[in-house]
Amino acid sequence: MTAVVEEAGRPIDLGRRAAPRGRFTVGRTLRYLVLLLFVLVVLVPVYVLLVTSFKGPGDAAPTRAWNLPQVWTTANWETAWSTLSPAIARTVQMVVPAALISAFLGSLNGFVLSRWRFPGADLVFTLILFGMFIPYQAVMIPLNQLVLGLGVPSGVPSLILLHVVYGIPITTLIFRNYYMTVPQELIEAARVDGAGMLRTYAWIVLPISVPSFVVVLIWQFTSAWNDFLFAVFFSSSQNGPVTLALNNLANGALLQDYGVSMAGALFASLPTLLVYVLLGRYFMGGLMSGSVKG
Amino acid sequence: MRGARRTSTIAAVAAVAALALAACGGDGGEPESSGSGGADEVEVFTWWAAGSEKAGLDALVKVFDEQHPDVTFVNGAVAGGAGSQAKDLLQTRLQAQDPPDTFQAHAGAELQDYIDAAQIEPVTDLYDEFGLTDAFPPDLMDRLTADDGEIYSIPSNIHRANVVWSNRQVLTDAGIDPDATYADLSAWMDDLEKLKAAGVTPLAVAQAWTQVQLLETVLLADLGADGYSGLWDGSTDWAGPEVKAALEDFQTLMGYTNTDRDGLDWPESQQLVIDGKAAFTVMGDWAEASYEEQEQELGTDYSAFPVPGTDGVFDFLADSFTLPVGAPHPDGAKAWLETVGSAEGQEAFNKAKGSIPARTDVDMSTFGEYQQSAAESFQGDTIVSSLAHGAAVPVATLTAITDATSKFTSGASDLAAFQSELAAANAG
Amino acid sequence: MATATRRRAGVRRAVRRAGAPLLLLLPSLILVGVFVYGLIVANARQSATDNHTAAQATGQAPTTGVGLRNYLDLLGSEEFQHSLTNLVLYTVVFLVGTMVVGFLWAWLLDKPLRGEGFFRSIYLFPMAVSFIASGVVWRWLLNSNQGEQASGLNRLFQMIGLDALQNNWWNNVSVGIVAIAIPAIWQLSGYVMALFLAGFRGIPVELREAARVDGASEWKLYRHVLFPQLSPIALSALIIIGHMSLKAFDLIMSISKPANYQTKVPAVDMYVFKSAFDYANAAAVGTILLVIVAIVIVPYLVHTHRQDKR
Repeated sequence: MTAVVEEAGRPIDLGRRAAPRGRFTVGRTLRYLVLLLFVLVVLVPVYVLLVTSFKGPGDAAPTRAWNLPQVWTTANWETAWSTLSPAIARTVQMVVPAALISAFLGSLNGFVLSRWRFPGADLVFTLILFGMFIPYQAVMIPLNQLVLGLGVPSGVPSLILLHVVYGIPITTLIFRNYYMTVPQELIEAARVDGAGMLRTYAWIVLPISVPSFVVVLIWQFTSAWNDFLFAVFFSSSQNGPVTLALNNLANGALLQDYGVSMAGALFASLPTLLVYVLLGRYFMGGLMSGSVKG
Repeated sequence: MRGARRTSTIAAVAAVAALALAACGGDGGEPESSGSGGADEVEVFTWWAAGSEKAGLDALVKVFDEQHPDVTFVNGAVAGGAGSQAKDLLQTRLQAQDPPDTFQAHAGAELQDYIDAAQIEPVTDLYDEFGLTDAFPPDLMDRLTADDGEIYSIPSNIHRANVVWSNRQVLTDAGIDPDATYADLSAWMDDLEKLKAAGVTPLAVAQAWTQVQLLETVLLADLGADGYSGLWDGSTDWAGPEVKAALEDFQTLMGYTNTDRDGLDWPESQQLVIDGKAAFTVMGDWAEASYEEQEQELGTDYSAFPVPGTDGVFDFLADSFTLPVGAPHPDGAKAWLETVGSAEGQEAFNKAKGSIPARTDVDMSTFGEYQQSAAESFQGDTIVSSLAHGAAVPVATLTAITDATSKFTSGASDLAAFQSELAAANAG
Repeated sequence: MATATRRRAGVRRAVRRAGAPLLLLLPSLILVGVFVYGLIVANARQSATDNHTAAQATGQAPTTGVGLRNYLDLLGSEEFQHSLTNLVLYTVVFLVGTMVVGFLWAWLLDKPLRGEGFFRSIYLFPMAVSFIASGVVWRWLLNSNQGEQASGLNRLFQMIGLDALQNNWWNNVSVGIVAIAIPAIWQLSGYVMALFLAGFRGIPVELREAARVDGASEWKLYRHVLFPQLSPIALSALIIIGHMSLKAFDLIMSISKPANYQTKVPAVDMYVFKSAFDYANAAAVGTILLVIVAIVIVPYLVHTHRQDKR
């Protein structure tokens, strides 16, 4: 456990062993076959999504799901883009501040909880952590009333607030685990210099937190981007994020245009996929730290 | 341990603060009563976001711009699930005291929840102001008037729910006369049986609400218009043998339907009939728009007739517009309501949407063939309120009926249990 | 700490020591206190009233307390029991599925292998996609038609000659919910794989070497060396997947419909109650979900809390 905790919050290098060269064995061939079979299975839905998104209206029917397009067309992609792009823009406006603010709060908390062992620090940490696991259904009704009572406008502002608040537990966790690994001497040295806690945080801790920030930002970005529950309850299709717009697109139209729905699903997933492909290793690190401790 | 006690004190303080906040949120303050003002724009909340519904809205907006050039129209349309998504969002907005200036709602019992919650204002005065009282048929006016004698919305269009749509080619291929008329459900079932033997889906349906719509037409066919209306005012016994017989017919009909029904919405089940994968479907007459969109000819490619046993009865639902309490632009909303109620507005809107005007003084000669016949029926037929579309019962009752229906059609309850659950749903 | 004076001094010192950190923590503490614990209490209070109508939900009509009656009614109703059974079924299949598949993938990728990065990326990518987006395609794949009308996976089974595998997926009233777990397994197996893979890599090479030198068989190596090292990771994965599954909502909303009895789970019930203005029952369902989650999570948090102390 400890070893894993130490790793948490840092990008994990999963490919550190050198790949072997040459040497054909039955065992290895078998292993490749099984792995490739799984690749095919995993890609089945992707195949359907992709080919359907390039099909014309009549062609994009459930019974023809496995056939290639009769005529390849990018019309669906154009329609999906024009329908979803305002929502995508709103999602960006919502996700970026939400991720930044919750990361900052998490870093403050993580720093305090890892370094200043005030009495009951562990209990406070555990209480914060529990917030990560609550089913949001258990607070949804009064939450609705609370957000109304506070006068936060529906749509982007409400969603930023909610993603920040309910992001605190996970961001606190990741930062705390990371700061646990920062050598105590570094901070002691600052203390000896007479720096207060805030200054220690700003001058010593913050600059070395970049890897953790990347992890937390990716994590928060992905979960806020993919959220649907808060979107349903706290925004409308006029001011809501892309998951809501996509759901409307896929279930709303009079004449269901499957090609457009599928192209839309791919569009809505592109940002998170891109983040994942470009920053995959940090993403894994984020997953690790999120899971291992809670 | 001391530390632990202190932190639990902190937690307690935080919790108390939270409660205080939550309590404030709960009260939410008294809603402001809408006076006048805000004539510069109007936000119109609908679920007309696509297809013919959007076309209808666009046509209506065009008339609105001519009649009220100084008021800017703001489109608040929300797509999704025959309005279910829109209703959820509307509920949130109304509670947030952030109402649109006017919103679309089915006329009838569905409005009762908004009235009980003091979220919409009476528009009875506007009927006099715009001269609407005599423009709508008396049957409709009865259904629009709430228990307190006030009217809370202005209808824009009328739809009929008890319509069977058929694919003529499929019927011909199965050796059935596509022009056959059926006196009652059992005559229809004979042909459904033939279709089943021929290997096509005899009757297409979709998810739960379309099954409830089928159920309502079966009740209507077997109980008659009076018996059906009696279900909603307590004069027909839900637990009685007549309802049981109707539910048996419903069960038989469900046996002829497509197995993937619960995963589909109505455009998909309609498409099954259009594509010739199913022979019949029961759907409200908004389905007409799908045929028009795909250039199908009434009488050549498809037929439409009242559900067997309901000839002479018009199972009605109406879209209407309201005046929410605390609307930011009440004058804009009144301008919109005036256009909605006007003959020009109703003609333009309904021609594009494929429905029929609520007003009786609109010239129907330029409307489509189906619409003309529907308008004729609307004037001559007995009018009853649709269950599945909120005209007959409030939302909570409809939800309970829908749940019971889904439970029954998915095979989790038998007929007796279904009947007693329906009775319980209507009892309260 | 025998005398009162010393205790008081200790308290004062503790306050001074705790003051600054608490100030920094305060914004988060207030937010979490209000939005998590405050709302849990407010929700519980709501669930103990007769707030079942639109007029009451908006404060136009009074509500009165009914104690635990909503809970008793819910837990006693056949419909809610069906939702709970569905939830258990879904959770078990989802958990077993992701753990088995995830472990298998990690095990296959553990030994050095060319193209490891490729396989890892393919297996992991579904978790970057939202349930709403993947629901769009899974709704097709899990279509229940068979025979001539078949589409989706049933059609694929026909094409590759596995007709016998055709089934009606989630349209089975007793076990249909299991079909909804399939896309969930598809999305999260890669995540479990990543955890186990990191776990495997976290085991010192010397440990394996030592076991091999001792002549331990491959099975014994796993049984006595690797599995014990992996068990904390397995526990974490179980907790994460488990609590995700208890909250299942998005996927059911996008593949099935909220009204469908086959796929009801408590989260869907709560949504339907809320849509029908039945706030008291909606709140009660929420609290029941919370209790279920707490039964699983609290012992786990206490457990890790203790481990930290050591």
